[in-house]
Amino acid sequence: MTVSPATLNQSRRSRWGTGSVLPVLAILVLLLVAIAIRQPDFYDPPALLAFLKRSAPLIILAAGQYFVIVAGDFDLSVGSLVTAEVVIAARMIDGDPSATWPVVALLLGFGLLVGLVNGLVTTLLLVPSFITTLGMYLILVGAVYTWTGGSPRGALSDEFRVLGRRGIDGVPWLGQIPYAVLILLAVAALAILAMRADFGKVLLAVGDNPRAARLAGGRVAGVRTTAFVISGGCAAVAAILLGGFGGVSFQVGAGLEFTAITAVVLGGVVLGGGRGSVVGAMLGALTLQTLLTLLNLLGVAGALASAVQGLIILTAVAIGGLRART
Amino acid sequence: MTALPATFRRPRVDSTNGVWLALGVTLIVGGILVATDGGSLFGQNSTISLLQRAAGLGIVAVGQTFTILAGSLDLSVAYVISLTSLIAAETMAGSDGRILPAILAVLAVSASIGLVNGLLITKLRINAFIATLGVGLLIKGYLEQGYAGPAGQVPVSFQHLGYDRIGPVPVAFVLFIGVAAVAWVVINRSRYGHHLIATGGDLDVARLSGVRTDLVLIRTHVICSICAGIAGLYLASRLGAGAPRVGAEGGYDLESIAAVVLGGTVLAGGKGGVAGTVGGVLLLAVIDGIFNQLAVDPFFKQVIRGVVSVAAVAIYALRLRRKGAA
Amino acid sequence: MDSPDPPEALLRMCAVGKSFYGVPVLSDVDLDLQPGEVHAVVGENGAGKSTLMKIASGVYQPDSGSMTIAGQTAVLHSPRAAQAAGVGIIHQEFNLLPERTVAENVFLGREPLRRGLVDRRAMRGRTADLLAAIGEEAVRPTDRAGQLGIAQQQVVEIVKALSLDARILIMDEPTAALADHEVELLYALVRRLQARGIGILYVSHRLAEVFDLSDRITVLKDGRRVVTLDTPDATPEALVRHMVGRDLAAYYPPKTGAPGPALVTLTGAGNARLKPLDLELRAGEVLGVGGLQGSGRSALARALFGADGFRTGRMTLAGKPVRVRSPRQAVRAGIAYVTEDRKGEGLVLSQSVIDNALLASRAATPRWFGGGARATSVRDLLAAVEVHAAGLDQEVRYLSGGNQQKVVLARWLAMAPRVLLFDEPTRGIDVGAKAAIHELIRDLAGKGAAVLMISSELPELLGMSDRIVVLRDGAIAGELPGDASEEAVLRLATGTPHEVPA
Repeated sequence: MTVSPATLNQSRRSRWGTGSVLPVLAILVLLLVAIAIRQPDFYDPPALLAFLKRSAPLIILAAGQYFVIVAGDFDLSVGSLVTAEVVIAARMIDGDPSATWPVVALLLGFGLLVGLVNGLVTTLLLVPSFITTLGMYLILVGAVYTWTGGSPRGALSDEFRVLGRRGIDGVPWLGQIPYAVLILLAVAALAILAMRADFGKVLLAVGDNPRAARLAGGRVAGVRTTAFVISGGCAAVAAILLGGFGGVSFQVGAGLEFTAITAVVLGGVVLGGGRGSVVGAMLGALTLQTLLTLLNLLGVAGALASAVQGLIILTAVAIGGLRART
Repeated sequence: MTALPATFRRPRVDSTNGVWLALGVTLIVGGILVATDGGSLFGQNSTISLLQRAAGLGIVAVGQTFTILAGSLDLSVAYVISLTSLIAAETMAGSDGRILPAILAVLAVSASIGLVNGLLITKLRINAFIATLGVGLLIKGYLEQGYAGPAGQVPVSFQHLGYDRIGPVPVAFVLFIGVAAVAWVVINRSRYGHHLIATGGDLDVARLSGVRTDLVLIRTHVICSICAGIAGLYLASRLGAGAPRVGAEGGYDLESIAAVVLGGTVLAGGKGGVAGTVGGVLLLAVIDGIFNQLAVDPFFKQVIRGVVSVAAVAIYALRLRRKGAA
Repeated sequence: MDSPDPPEALLRMCAVGKSFYGVPVLSDVDLDLQPGEVHAVVGENGAGKSTLMKIASGVYQPDSGSMTIAGQTAVLHSPRAAQAAGVGIIHQEFNLLPERTVAENVFLGREPLRRGLVDRRAMRGRTADLLAAIGEEAVRPTDRAGQLGIAQQQVVEIVKALSLDARILIMDEPTAALADHEVELLYALVRRLQARGIGILYVSHRLAEVFDLSDRITVLKDGRRVVTLDTPDATPEALVRHMVGRDLAAYYPPKTGAPGPALVTLTGAGNARLKPLDLELRAGEVLGVGGLQGSGRSALARALFGADGFRTGRMTLAGKPVRVRSPRQAVRAGIAYVTEDRKGEGLVLSQSVIDNALLASRAATPRWFGGGARATSVRDLLAAVEVHAAGLDQEVRYLSGGNQQKVVLARWLAMAPRVLLFDEPTRGIDVGAKAAIHELIRDLAGKGAAVLMISSELPELLGMSDRIVVLRDGAIAGELPGDASEEAVLRLATGTPHEVPA
């Protein structure tokens, strides 16, 4: 193969162009440094692990959302799906410990099912994913409210909360390794493996040029639907963890879909599909979580957090975009 | 050279006509349902409240039509509505003489927000989704910080806008139709409108033909935000005060987009129009009205709303596919 | 030999140079255009033709050198400035808005106003006048651009340029997407434009047209001007030698002998676009498919590939009846389809060379393990077809047309197909890469594959095919041997006796 000088520069550019994780990594490092200045004991292993534990749900959600976005779609139903799952869990367990594991299985199944419905409606009925998942969002919220008559009932068992709250105790130097972190690592590993496998490459092709993917022999509808199923599954896992953290309410998943999408974009993934890495998406989620932690440490009022978040998101995306063009 | 004969245009049931078909079907089915339940869908009270509901969403949806036609999007409208309702109510402070300054303030603020949106998208090249989301979050932060609940006071004379009727038709609805009519003229008959559609259809083609796409986009976002501001004025007159959560709770962001897409305007831009949006708005309002008449559990109403929205889009998408295969 | 330049050249570019990221793409290029002249610009891909035209049309600004238009120094900062200066360009890929009407497209950006609003009647009227002035009868100002055929869309592009009072018209591969009889209409149009004193820069790979139409020919190579010849003094062989340094005679690889058994048979196969037809694809044979635009050639290939499958009739593959309902089924059955539109339907532009080459393998025959061995064999294939790229990880969008096509070929070769369907395999590709692809096609047939090749270039069709089938209006008009004449093919394609213009 001959290498021509004209194309050499372009090849270098393509590695640092849009879709690279450098911008988000840079921001993450900056934020971590800021936190280190503000609260040095943030970096004690137990504190770090606790931080990772708190970040796990968002990172997992972002990973799931990544699959959908890189295929060229949107999943706006994950937030309400998380809420629905937590409410369902509380109602079904109702304090009975023996119900824990069957309910966990039910939650996972429900998440996958919702994802399947999203995928089938989008690919078979040709409804834009935006509308499908918006409709699903309304349906889930409405269904959950209807089922509970407006106020969540029941209670989660301690066994259920173990997944979110507890971990492997007595580990030297680290203290406790939260189960949430282990689950996070497992999900992350699976996601990275999936993107490296044939499925992931074909998914990227489908997002960039669905016609070409189809004419190359790919099952476009199947791949897109699988992405939705993954997203639903990730929402279920996130719900299980979130249920462990706190109480049961209708606010558990509120706004999470936008946070997840923002995390993914922050990570260098392009809306419209075809470009970006799942590692970038997860880093984006971690960065967002870091930002929120920093704001907390700085004593920024919770309400202003929204505004600051918005500002930093805009800045990050703008910088990422400028860099891609130079 | 003889003139070519005018072509007989076969009426096509395309995506724009489809919404009127869906509206007709919904009215018939809904009318029957309500009648069997003992109510009356077409009675004066239900019609009036239906039109009132349509007016608020409709004005915002007209603005959103502009942005979607241009291939862009505005997710900040819900927060703009809340903000402008507060600005209106607080500026008026119960005094008739301050109505005009309040209106001017609202127009100025909403236009500025639109300008910011447009500049972020064109000069900093931030994706519209993220840019308007970010701006929305900024406004949200400001609202959460400064307001715990409703504020300001709208004088009775201005409340006429929200409550007066011409016959059975609310003044607000007339305002909506008026805004829609002006929008139609602008989009279809002005040079800016032609450039708007070109920008949304193919940005590069538009640029190469000398269209100043950046200016078009900025103008578009200013128009959209001004429409949101007008909707804020209307809501203030209905509520008698400004409310910091009226926009988000009313779902004006996603529902305005849904109304536009239901009306046949393509999310990618370059095709569609205001007439379809009016149909989409009416469809959503009629569905709402049917449920109110049937005294359906308001939460269940949301479920059905989600299903119906998705179904309507699916129907016209399938129809498009059948036509394409022929 | 260059003649001394007369003072009122329509366009003159002197010592123009341009670099991108420090790499020179044009160096010291001179070009001039006289009123009423057709000046052809030829050269391989990468020679700098496209960059030169972009400078002339205001898309780029030169790093060095100067430009004058009608004697006045011209610095064109934007396409709009170029338009104002009277330069119009017809691109290879059309710049039309499919959802808008012809009139709206023509006047995009300059819509006439009346009392503040767009004067749609004036727009329609002026568009109709322009269409009449160039003799176009089938296109109406109110037609939606997306519903017109390619030749008609090109007419709209020309009308658009004329509406800007262009005195200089740049045409970039104008006949790439046209069938032969449409090319003649374009010829007539070009002559009419010449008669109005408009100067035309004509960029084309098709030497026949270059010799038919042009008054002078400039050859570019590696960013430099090699020579400018008066057309009567030039020969195709000499031109090609200036462009590549290879002889014209060795243009097509020699055809093989007897074909093998039928691999694919169609009996009464038809669908919405094709009337029921019978066809055989034989192993070891290149079957050429000729016909005019819209005659159903691509539809035939797509139907064989399951992209828009047959609805009636029967199809057999290696003797067994099959129903190919999707591209995936076709690929898994050993059929490959190299599409007409590489960028829109063939390649995933944001992905690398190697990912594109592995796409069919991954999409149609996904595996959990064994990816490494597959990647190695694809690497060998890419080397075998001689893809020129800055590394296998380079994004495929940066490759030239010829190299992109080679990546697509490597992808299909990796599937070891028994049946290959080629749709315009060398469109928009330079001479050197064209020859390489012809060799590859002939080689594939030689190894026993059944090859179907659609081509709008008659010399290529006749030079490559062992047998030719001609389509007309969705049906087979006739079959010809591989050494038939161009007239015979055209006669079947148009359905009337054809007269070759003098």
